[in-house]
This record gives sequence, C-alpha cells and structure tokens, in this order.
Amino acid sequence: MDRAETAAKIAALIEPFNKKGVAITDASTFAGDLEFDSLTVMDFVAEIEDAFDIIISMNQQAEIENYGQLIDAVVKLQG
Amino acid sequence: MTDLFSKFDPLIEQRRALLSTGVTDPFNLVMEKVVSPTVAMCNGRETILLGTYNYMGMTFDPDVIAAGKQALDDFGAGTTGSRVLNGTYAGHRAVEDALKDFYGMDHAMVFSTGYQANLGIISTIAGKGDYIILDIDSHASIWDGCKMGDAEVVPFKHNDIEAMEKRLKRIPEGAGKLVVLEGVYSMLGDIAPLKEMIAVAKKHGAMVLVDEAHSMGFIGPNGRGVAEDQGCLDDVDFVIGTFSKSVGTVGGFCVSNHPKFEIMRLVCRPYVFTASLPPSVVATACTSIRKLMHAGDKRAHLWENSRTLHKGLRDAGFTLGTDEPQSAIIAVIMPDLERGALMWEALLEEGLYVNLARPPATPAGMTLLRCSLCAEHSAEQVQTIIGMFERAGKRAGIIG
Repeated sequence: MDRAETAAKIAALIEPFNKKGVAITDASTFAGDLEFDSLTVMDFVAEIEDAFDIIISMNQQAEIENYGQLIDAVVKLQG
Repeated sequence: MTDLFSKFDPLIEQRRALLSTGVTDPFNLVMEKVVSPTVAMCNGRETILLGTYNYMGMTFDPDVIAAGKQALDDFGAGTTGSRVLNGTYAGHRAVEDALKDFYGMDHAMVFSTGYQANLGIISTIAGKGDYIILDIDSHASIWDGCKMGDAEVVPFKHNDIEAMEKRLKRIPEGAGKLVVLEGVYSMLGDIAPLKEMIAVAKKHGAMVLVDEAHSMGFIGPNGRGVAEDQGCLDDVDFVIGTFSKSVGTVGGFCVSNHPKFEIMRLVCRPYVFTASLPPSVVATACTSIRKLMHAGDKRAHLWENSRTLHKGLRDAGFTLGTDEPQSAIIAVIMPDLERGALMWEALLEEGLYVNLARPPATPAGMTLLRCSLCAEHSAEQVQTIIGMFERAGKRAGIIG
C-alpha cells in the first residue's frame, strides 16, 4: 500500500478518536494538537495495528509525535 | 537557568488544590505504633488496617519474629554487600531453599525488593531484537524492567486473549518472545485467565513470566498463586514474587525450572550491583514461607473475609472493581480524586485505613479506595469495616 492509500485508511481510522474535530495535517501532534491521553493512544494504536496487521512497539511509538510520522511509520512497517 | 522541576508543576498544583480544601493528605499518613497485623495507631486513634497487603498476617507471627531476632544476634544487622561479592549468608541460601520447596521448582533467586526482581529479570532475559508482550495494566516494576532493557515492547489490552494472540502472530519469525502477565492485578484485584493466555503464548513459542506478588500464600491449593489455581504453573517459565505481601517482610524473588537459570546471578545487574537483604529479613522470610506451606485454614478464612466484605460493600451501594471477589483486594471506585480523598479521610476518622489509589497507578484514570484484607481480620472486624464504609460513604456523599 503506497503512502496515499495508507494515509486515506489512517484518516478514516482516526476520525472516531478526533473528538474535537481538529483539522489534521501531517504536522498535527498527538499529545498536543489532538490531546490524546495514554489510553486513547493505546486504543488508537491497536486499531492501526489491526487494520494493517502490523506491530507498532512502544519503542517505535516513542519516535512518532505527529500524524505525518505515523503515516511514514505505517508505510515502512508494511514492508 | 531552566528549572528542571518545572515539569512537575501540574502535579504540584493538583496537590496544592487538593490540600487547600483542608482534607488530610492521603499520601502522608504516619502510623505511630503497629499493634497487630490488623491494627495500628494513627493520629492517636486505634485504626483497623485494610491497606497493608499483609494478606496472611505473618508480620507478628511469633515464630517469624523469633527467627528474625535470632538472626540479628547470630549474623548482625546487615550484610553491607552484593550477593555476588560479600553479601551471601547462610540465611540467603536458606530462604532460597524455602522458595524452591514452596513452589516445587529447581531454582530460586532472591532480590532486595519485588520491584528489583521484575526490573532485573525482565531487563536481563529480553534483549535487543527480542519482543516483550505484556498486559497494558502491568505494574510499574514490569514497565520499568521493559524500559531498562533493549527489547521491543508490545502491550495489549488488559486480559484480552485475542489482542495478545494477534500481536504474538505478527512478531517476526525467529525473534525471542517473552509474555509477561500477572496473577492478580493489584489495582482492581481482578485475576488473569492465565490458563488460556499461557496456552496461547506457548503455541506461539513464547517464554512466560508471571508476577504472583498478590496471590502468593493465598490463592491456589498450596498458595503458589493463580497459575497453580488454574493448573498451569508447570507452563510458567518464571514466577516473580515478593516478601512484602503475604510473607510479611521485604524482598523479592524469581523461581524457575530453566536449566540455565543460575547464570542470572552473574548477569542480572539489579541483583549484582546492590546490597543483599539483611540476615534478620531473610530469616523472617524463610520461616514465614515454610509456615505458609501449611496455611490452608488461614487461606479459607481470608476467602471468607473477601466474600463478606465484597458483598457488604456492594449491598451498601458502592461500585466495586470486580463483580465477584477474585482475590484479597477489593477496590471501591470513587467518582473523582477530590471525593475519593474526602471518603478516605472520612474512613480514617471512623478508624479505618485503606489506600487511596490514583493515576498513573490506576487503569483508565480511575480513583480507587483499595482494600486489602488479612487472614487475621476477624469476622467481627469485617462487619465493623462494612459499618464504617456505610457511615463514611454517606458523609462523603458517595452513597445515598
């Protein structure tokens, strides 16, 4: 799956988690702009993992601060 | 200069706001005298202890105390050294032998605390390129063990067998896998479906570590924990436990049948680079562990206490962490930190000590009043406790 397809799929997945309806760009941060707490992060990561059949370990999550980085990571993890 | 403490400002402010209401600081209680396993003097008042993890009431067992005094006389106050250098005394070997007998396992290794046991074993056995698959509600010592090591850390939803299996399936072929579970989760007092989870872990070629800190001495026919109770202890590669709950002193351990286990003593840094437990502590632990092997009657009474308190609090209208009593921990869910602290204070004024637990220790941002029962609580004490909860709950506006 290329970056555009991956981005589209993630955009659909994040919608129910974007409770405040923030306009999301690649630069949107999860902790800051989207105000994800640790529980939301866990649920959201699980959704992404299941949708793409990948593992995003805690070690990898620590490197992902914004939306664009998440898309890049998922593209890469799909191999 | 950047003040390195500015990162703590939100917590400092939350604490200030809470204490400015005039409520007693729930995280700063001093017990002036401990009368028995179930009673202490707090603020000059006799107080029933319902938050000490002293499940089997061994802290004042006469044989345990005598063993500690004898060891002080025979071996002195402390070891001053690492187990690997000058810190192994006869008592350390004796308590490890007692653990091997208690669990029926080949190897036992004692740490200075339960925290260090998880920290040391997890960070040492799971290295770079290996994967740790763990329950999201794991104790801080497990998370810190993960953080200290170099393995990839993959959490799954609490007690969710399917979520665990999905993650195990996705781990690259050939990678080392360690599944980390707890028998009893200490915040809500719920147990894990270990039999099913361990079967799945084994199917996917993972080694399994189970922390039985809150079940030792109490759960299972011989008090070996939840894995024994569910008939799957033979499939557990590493059991982690503590002396600071049922055993009634302080210290931690790992028991295992792994044929190469003894090498841990040379490679596990939280074991090597710290002072060993003092002789009096290992002597009390050894005596206590051997007595816990024959404590069936106490186990039965503790279960009775747990069932009675759970039913009494539920009938009074409190919201509890589990639908049925699953361990010696009963968690009462509070609406928020402020009312939790008010209720905690009201209970203290009634003469009852429980633990106020709050995030990040608790799951899902909950505030809990956590009760841990003791086999030495009498049936009358449990009824007294229920009455105290009813009065305090009404006063704090938690129940109608």
